[in-house]
Amino acid sequence: MARESNFRNMFLCLLIICFGGSAIMGSVYLITYEPIAIAQAAKVNQALGQVLPDFDNQPAEMVYDMEIEGSKVAVYPATRDSVFVGAAIEAVTTKGFGGPIRVMVGFLPDGTVFNTAIISHSETPGLGDKIDPRKSDFSLQFKGKNPKTFHLAVKKDGGRVDAITAATISSRAFCDVVDLAYRAFIKTVQKGGKQ
Amino acid sequence: MNRLKIITKGIIKENPTFVLVLGMCPTLGTTTSAVNGLGMGLATTFVLMLSNLVISLISGMVPSKVRIPSFVVVISVFVTVVQLVMQAYVPGLYETLGLFIPLIVVNCIVLGRAEAYASKNGPLDSFLDGLGSGLGFTLSLTTLGTVRELLGSGAFFGWKIIPGDAILVFILAPGAFLALGYLMVLFNKIKKA
Repeated sequence: MARESNFRNMFLCLLIICFGGSAIMGSVYLITYEPIAIAQAAKVNQALGQVLPDFDNQPAEMVYDMEIEGSKVAVYPATRDSVFVGAAIEAVTTKGFGGPIRVMVGFLPDGTVFNTAIISHSETPGLGDKIDPRKSDFSLQFKGKNPKTFHLAVKKDGGRVDAITAATISSRAFCDVVDLAYRAFIKTVQKGGKQ
Repeated sequence: MNRLKIITKGIIKENPTFVLVLGMCPTLGTTTSAVNGLGMGLATTFVLMLSNLVISLISGMVPSKVRIPSFVVVISVFVTVVQLVMQAYVPGLYETLGLFIPLIVVNCIVLGRAEAYASKNGPLDSFLDGLGSGLGFTLSLTTLGTVRELLGSGAFFGWKIIPGDAILVFILAPGAFLALGYLMVLFNKIKKA
C-alpha cells in the first residue's frame, strides 16, 4: 500500500507533511497569540495589585529592566495623582530547592516592604511551598518591615526571619530574593528613576 | 457494537497505564492532584484522537522508510496546538502541567497507537481507538491523582475534606510509585474477576 521508499517519494512526503504542519501551527499561534498575552498580563496585574499600595497609573506599561549583581530584575513604578507611591520589583533567585523562584516585591518609597507575591516556584509540596502565602504565613512576616533595619536572613544565619521548619533552603532563597529586590529598589530610587 | 468495543478495549483490556504500563513519566509526574491528572489525560486524549485520525488518512501515501518521522511530525503539530490553546484559555492548569505538555510528543502511548493501530486501520476506527486509549489514560491518571490527593493533602478535587496534615509522601515522587503499584494490583485483580 505504501509508496516505494525512494529518495523522491520520501523527500516529497516529508516536505508536504512539514508544510501542512507548519501551516496548522502558524494559524493556531495567530489565534491564541492575543489570549496568551492577555492571560500573562492579567497575572502580572493581579500580582501588582497585591504588592503595591493604591495606585492609579499602569505600572505594567511603565515597566523597565535593570541589572543588579549580575541578575536582571523588572521594575514596576507606581504613582497616585502623579506622586511616586512605591514600586514593585520582580526578581528571580536560582537558590531555591526545586528550581528558580520568581517573586514580586512591592516597596513603599522609604524602602519598607509593602507585600510580596510568588509568581512561580517549584519548591517541594508541603515543605518549601510554604513560601506561598496561600500555604502558610511565612511570607507575611516580611510585610511592613524595612530591610534597612530588619536583617533579611533566617535566624540561623543571624537574621530576623523565622524559617519554615524543614525548609531552610527555600526560606533562605526567599530572604535572598527579597533582599535582592530591596537593593534593586534602593538603586532605582537613588537614581531618581521614578519613571 | 464492534465500534463500541474499540473504545472499551482502550479503557479496560488494554488500559495504557495499568495494563500496558506505557507513558509512566507523565503518569508519575503530573498526578499530584485529581485535576492535574484529568487535565493531562484530556490533553493526551485530544492528541491521540487527532493524530490517529490524520495518521490513518496519510499512512497510505507515506513511504515506509520515513513512516516514523512523518508520524512524529503529525503528533508534534497537535501537541503544539494543545499547548498553545491551554496556555491561552487555561493558564493555571498549563502552569502546573508545564513541562509535561510538550512531552506528550514522546509519550509512547501516542506513537504506539499510531504505529500499531492507526497505520493499519481506517480513519473512523483509528479515531475511536485514540478516543478509547485516551479515555483509559485519563481514567487511570484521574484515579491515581484522586488517591494521591486524598492521602497526600486530604482533599478531593481541591476540596479539603480531611482536616489537618496528611501523608505528605503521597504528593512526592515515592508516593506516586506506591499508589500506582497498589492501583495496578487492584485494577488487574478486578479485571480478572
